[in-house]
Amino acid sequence: MRDVRDALMVARNTDGKLVRRPLSPHIQVYRWPISMALSIAHRISGVGLGVGTLLLTWWLVAAATSDAAFATVQSFMGSAIGILLLFGWSAALIFHLFSGIRHLVWDAGYGFDAPDYNTSGWAVVIATVVVTVVVWAVGLMAW
Amino acid sequence: MSDSHKAPHVDMLRSPLGRARGLGSARAGSHHWWAQRLTAIALVPLTLWFICGAIRMTGASRAEVADWLSSPLTLTLMLALVIGTFHHLQLGLQIVIEDYVHKESTRLTAVLAMKAACILLALACIISVLRLGL
Repeated sequence: MRDVRDALMVARNTDGKLVRRPLSPHIQVYRWPISMALSIAHRISGVGLGVGTLLLTWWLVAAATSDAAFATVQSFMGSAIGILLLFGWSAALIFHLFSGIRHLVWDAGYGFDAPDYNTSGWAVVIATVVVTVVVWAVGLMAW
Repeated sequence: MSDSHKAPHVDMLRSPLGRARGLGSARAGSHHWWAQRLTAIALVPLTLWFICGAIRMTGASRAEVADWLSSPLTLTLMLALVIGTFHHLQLGLQIVIEDYVHKESTRLTAVLAMKAACILLALACIISVLRLGL
């Protein structure tokens, strides 16, 4: 044990033996509150959107390069895998947007009470589903 | 920590001040956090605008994409979106890497590689958007 952070992680049990304290969170033991699930989903969707920028870059670079390159990217986006990726990307983007607004409201100092963060959590889930469905309904009509 | 596999024992204690001394200035501590919030705020309207634009561009030809980007307003917003997105992305991914990669050399390499990738992708997007729109 080299520093104070380690020292804080040990304690004596009822036999007087020095033991390491258990680390939190016990993801497999806890009931999953909405805020915990959304916090994890916010990070995962953020990383997913990072991978998704490859799709945006490919699309823009192809459009700037040639008709053949653009035709390739457009046919990929229209394939089953392409539509699945686009759907996942759009859902992640819309979720990360609404979840991010929730985080910004917290940063401003509002919404920390249990009823508030449960309500805002479910509002994020409902808004994500509704907006994703609307975007795809309008998008498929325009396609 | 490094000796977590051994039976717990205390051989040395350091105060929090002793630990922090000599590790450099703390003055830049809030900059990363603040930059992440500012880009987040900017990206809220930009992302909403981009979703509308993306719907308009579904199934569009190359000429139609170029025509859309030829408007100075669209070009400006698209560049702002690309710069804001990649800046926000590298800030966020840095936190994720620092949270899960504990070995210092691996962590530094991963963060630098990620930042290099973000800069190159952002430049590719900027050049392409300018080439289409100008």
